[in-house]
Amino acid sequence: MEREYHVCTGCALLCDDIELREEENKTIIDSACRKGVAWIKNCQHPLECTVDAKDATSQDAIEKAAEILKSAKNPLIFGMGNSSLKAQEKAIELAKKSNACIDDTSSFCQGPFVEAILNDKIKSCTLDEVRDKADVIVYWGCDPSNSHPRHLSKYSYFPRGRMRQRGWEEDRTAIAIDVRKSDTAIICEDNFYRIPPKADAEFARALTEALSGKVPKVTFGMKPKEILELANVLKKAEFGVIFAGLGLVYSMHDLSPMEDLLEALNKKTDFHLMPMVGQYNMRGFNHTLFDQTGYINRVSFDGEDIGHGPQYSVVEVLKEKRVDAALIIGSDPLSSLPGSIAANLKEIPTIVIDPCKTFTSQIANVTIPSAVTGVECKGEAIRMDGVKVELTQMRKSDKMADADIIEKIMEAI
Amino acid sequence: MANAMEIYQLLPKTNCKKCGKSSCMAFAAALLSRENKLDECTPMLEEEKYSENYTKLKGLISPAEEASETGMIVHEELCIGCGNCVVACPVNVAEDPKGAGSGNAPTNERVILKVEDGVVRLSNVEDCRRFGENKILCSGCIVTCPTKAIEFV
Repeated sequence: MEREYHVCTGCALLCDDIELREEENKTIIDSACRKGVAWIKNCQHPLECTVDAKDATSQDAIEKAAEILKSAKNPLIFGMGNSSLKAQEKAIELAKKSNACIDDTSSFCQGPFVEAILNDKIKSCTLDEVRDKADVIVYWGCDPSNSHPRHLSKYSYFPRGRMRQRGWEEDRTAIAIDVRKSDTAIICEDNFYRIPPKADAEFARALTEALSGKVPKVTFGMKPKEILELANVLKKAEFGVIFAGLGLVYSMHDLSPMEDLLEALNKKTDFHLMPMVGQYNMRGFNHTLFDQTGYINRVSFDGEDIGHGPQYSVVEVLKEKRVDAALIIGSDPLSSLPGSIAANLKEIPTIVIDPCKTFTSQIANVTIPSAVTGVECKGEAIRMDGVKVELTQMRKSDKMADADIIEKIMEAI
Repeated sequence: MANAMEIYQLLPKTNCKKCGKSSCMAFAAALLSRENKLDECTPMLEEEKYSENYTKLKGLISPAEEASETGMIVHEELCIGCGNCVVACPVNVAEDPKGAGSGNAPTNERVILKVEDGVVRLSNVEDCRRFGENKILCSGCIVTCPTKAIEFV
C-alpha cells in the first residue's frame, strides 16, 4: 500500500514523513515530535475575526484593514515566518503598493547568517547532504533537542546515511559548544566545550589560530591543549558542518570570526555552516525578498529607491515611531520584542493575521483568522537549509489562507 | 525508579524465607525484576508494625508494574518525541534500515519503537534485545534520550 506522507510545519526542519490515521474517531499523528503534534492539532485559542474588538465578518475586517493601510503614509509589514512562499510574495507586493517598511523576525534572529550564505560569503549545504556525508557535526550556541526535536534523529547525528552506514556510534562525531550543558550537549558527552557568554568570537579566533599551527590562547579558563584537540578533530573531518544557533549569532558583532574559521577549515577539509532557523519559512521570506530587492530583510519601499539598513528594522521603526500603521502576519512582536518597543504598537492602528490568539492580536484593531499552512491549506516553503518543500493539506478548513487574505486586502486597496 | 537497596531497607530484614527466597535482599531484587509480588511477603501484610513500610513500598514499586515485559518504562511526561531512540535501536535498524534506521518514518510493522502523537511507543516487545532468557543489556534507547524519558527496571 502506498503511504501518504505530510509535511510538518512546526519548525524549519519541515519533516516530510508525517502520517495521519484515524483510530476510534481520533486522529493519530505518526512520526511527528511533540512540538509538531501540538502545531498540527488545533490551537487552543483560535483567533476570531474582529474589528475594534467587536465580532465582524471577514469581508468587513478585510475592508477595514485596507482602509488602515490606505490612509497610512508609511506602514509596517512584519512577520511572515509562518506563511507560505505565495503569501510572502503577496506581502512584498502589498508593501510596494502601500509604501511600507517590510521586515521579519530574521532581523533579530538568524538574518546575518542567511545573508552571508545568500551572498556566498559562507559555505552551506543541505540537510540531506549532512545525513549522507557528515562525519563531524558541531552544534554551536544551539540546542536542537529542544528547538528542533527531530534534528539529531532525522538528519544530523543518529541516522545512517549513504556514506555513513555505521551510524552515530562509529561514523559520526557530535560536538557541542555552548554556555550551558544543554540536552544536546548531554548527548555529545565528552565533546562538550563550555565557553562563557559572549566568548564565541574569541573561541572561533582561537580555533582559527590552532588550525594554522599556532598555540591558541583564550582569556577564559580553557587550556590550549583542549582547543588544539578540537581543532584536530575538525581538521580531520571528511565533511563537517556547524549548526549555528542564536547563542552564536547574538554574541558576535559581525560574522568575520566565523568567516575566517570556515575559510581556515576549508583550506584543509570540507566544512559548512547552517543557521538553525526557527520559524518554518523564515528562510523563505529571506530568499523571496533577496530575489526581488537584493536584501533579505529590513527594506523600505517608501520613496523611489528601495531603502535598506538597520534603521528599517522592526525594532528601530517602532522605537522611533516612524510607522503609522502595522500589519502583523503570523507573528507575535508583543511577546518577542522588548516590551517598551512593542508597546508602541498600541499607539498605531494594527492589523493581525494569525491562526491563533496572540498577545499582539489582543491589542490589534483588526484581527483576521487564517488557516495554518501545511495543515489547513497547501503551500510551499523553504527549509532551514534552503531547499524548497511542497506542503500538503492535512484537514479541511473553511478558514482562508494568508495569501488569499493579503490578496483580498490588496484588491480592496 | 528505586534500587534494590532502597527496597530492602523497607522490608522486615528478618530473612524468614516465607516468600520462598533465601533472604530479604534476594526478595528485594526479585521485586525489582518483577519475579515476585510484594504481597508474597506475608509478615508485611499480617504484622501491624510493617504497615507503614508496606504502604511506602507499594508506592515505590508501582512504576515497575506498568513496565513492559522487557522492563521498559517510558515517562510520557518527559518524552518529546524526538525519535533518537527510534533510529538508534539496533532492532529497528535491522528490521527497517531505509525507514526507521535512516531517521524516517517506519515503513513496516516489525519495528519495536515508533513515535505516535509525539510520544514514543513500544510494540513487538519480544524482539527487544532485553527480552527473554538470552537478554543482553542493550542501552541504545537510553543513552540517546536527551530527556531521560526511557528507563529499564
